Amino acid sequence: MSAAGTASGQVNLTRIDDSTASIELTGGWSHGAAVRPVEQVLAELDASKSLRRVSLKAHELASWDSRLPAYLLKIIDHCRTRRIDVDSSGLPEGVQELLKLARAVPERAGARRTEQKKSILGRIGKTVLRGLKDAKGLMAFIGETMLAFMALVRGKARFRTVDMFLCIQDAGPAALPIVTLISLLVGLILAFVGAVQLAMFGAQIYIADLVGLGTVREMGALMTAVIMSGRTGAAYAAQLGTMNVNSEIDALRTMGISPMEFLVLPRMLALILMMPLLCLYADLMGILGGMMVTVSAFDVSLVQYFNETRKAVDLTDLGIGLFKGLAFAALIATAGCMRGMQCGRSASAVGDAATTAVVNSLVYIVVADSVITLICNRLGI
Amino acid sequence: MKTPHITVSNLTMAYGDFVLQRDLNFTIDHGDIFIIMGGSGCGKSTLLRHLIGLQRPAKGDVFYDRQDFWHASDEERVRLMRRIGVMYQSGALFSSLTLAENIALPLGEFTDMGSREIADIVSYKLALVGLAGFEDYYPSEISGGMQKRAGLARAMALDPEILFFDEPSAGLDPVSAKLLDDLIVSLRDTLGATIVVVTHELASIFAIGTNSVFLDPETKTMRATGSPKKLLAESNDAKIIQFLTRGENHVDNPA
Repeated sequence: MSAAGTASGQVNLTRIDDSTASIELTGGWSHGAAVRPVEQVLAELDASKSLRRVSLKAHELASWDSRLPAYLLKIIDHCRTRRIDVDSSGLPEGVQELLKLARAVPERAGARRTEQKKSILGRIGKTVLRGLKDAKGLMAFIGETMLAFMALVRGKARFRTVDMFLCIQDAGPAALPIVTLISLLVGLILAFVGAVQLAMFGAQIYIADLVGLGTVREMGALMTAVIMSGRTGAAYAAQLGTMNVNSEIDALRTMGISPMEFLVLPRMLALILMMPLLCLYADLMGILGGMMVTVSAFDVSLVQYFNETRKAVDLTDLGIGLFKGLAFAALIATAGCMRGMQCGRSASAVGDAATTAVVNSLVYIVVADSVITLICNRLGI
Repeated sequence: MKTPHITVSNLTMAYGDFVLQRDLNFTIDHGDIFIIMGGSGCGKSTLLRHLIGLQRPAKGDVFYDRQDFWHASDEERVRLMRRIGVMYQSGALFSSLTLAENIALPLGEFTDMGSREIADIVSYKLALVGLAGFEDYYPSEISGGMQKRAGLARAMALDPEILFFDEPSAGLDPVSAKLLDDLIVSLRDTLGATIVVVTHELASIFAIGTNSVFLDPETKTMRATGSPKKLLAESNDAKIIQFLTRGENHVDNPA
């Protein structure tokens, strides 16, 4: 990038006789200088089949940097594959030294990766295999989690209670503001959506049933789960993934401490303990949101709304809602911790782990919700 | 003839109120292999951070040739920083990029070369550090020593005038460390670059160092500057002799 580098570099290939030629380089060979593409020179070399010997010369260089040896290396490599002798004694000493250095360690056989073309079938096969491996990883992780829980039940799990309380703090109280906001607004939306229809029949009072049942059985748990998978599930994956990158998980293993017990268990426990409580809170907030709309806009008194909600929602509904919360918590914690533990060892792998953790837990949540709802419907509860 | 390339004058390094080193004065000449040495925690790496523009001095100046590094405008400093290359302790390669992409990054950003020519230069740089053929590997797929050498290839991408090394031989086996030392010397000889090395490996210090500064954590300043061999032969500072002989010799009977 020096000022002299703007002078352009010339390459001249001259035939001396039938089997020998010389390549002479002159001018500026720094970054920014205009230079004939090396492919043209190689093509010129290829044009004469009888060539056996090439001498490289560069006596009048205005300036040069890495560009020159990189250029020459390309020519030399090409000549070598074509079995042409190269005489580089006409090059400046520094360039010769660099070329020698670059060839000091020969390329390791088999190190270079050649790109393979993949057929459609091959790609489908790869995807299926990856899916199988994923499923196997999930099974293994669930198994290990079970073992860790068994150890906990027998009182032999090794983890720090402080860690667990920190996790509880993070997964519980710290999530209250966002849960408040979302649940309140969801209750509000439910009330509005229902009110438009119900008001046509003068049945505004049933907004309370709609909001109460909808929130307690469904939306409270679902919305809390969505919030927590984005908040806590992703955080778990990123934390454990980063620990993996820093070899902290290896360090635990070599100390004889199971990372499943030490890292995964407190996180899972914290989320499983906190989620039902958060759901309960979200239910309350949802009902409050519905009440705000109905009482202020649809001519229903506070007491009426309260009594109607009490009539509509019974303990079974609440039980189902809280059970869903519990199940979702287990799924979110599993997805987050599993992706974190399986994380690769690079910055982008941590990002991938967090992303897949959230995507997976959302899928798990929706599927589990459908299954639970179906079962409840069949059982008539 | 030797001319100063980097001049450090009255430099004081501090983290907040905590002074790490004060009143550092030394010069690094063109073509030097300059060693920053001293015991653990004396501020070697921090001094390096001051030299490469990552940390502003609490007091004092760093001059590149005649230009004041820390009092230059931001654009000017960025221009100066482009003339230096740094090899970090752990390689600091971008883990989501292949080796080729790592080295091509500065080339693509700061030169107007085409992608083919960049690829040629990348291959050449990798060959220089003995990693020919490893273009498409990710940093996590190669060994620690290879990562360091790839980091060196990236540091050299823009043909810097000054190369900085942070603990180049840390974590390497003696043979690899020796090879890296040889590589540093031959790069200095062929590229004509100035080299600054932070290390406490005695073997490296004596094998490659042509000039040095010795930092002391207790008095919080430099104890000496000069060629390591000369320091060992001529210094009568007990601390320096102790450091350079791994504490095996006293001042009274130098090796």
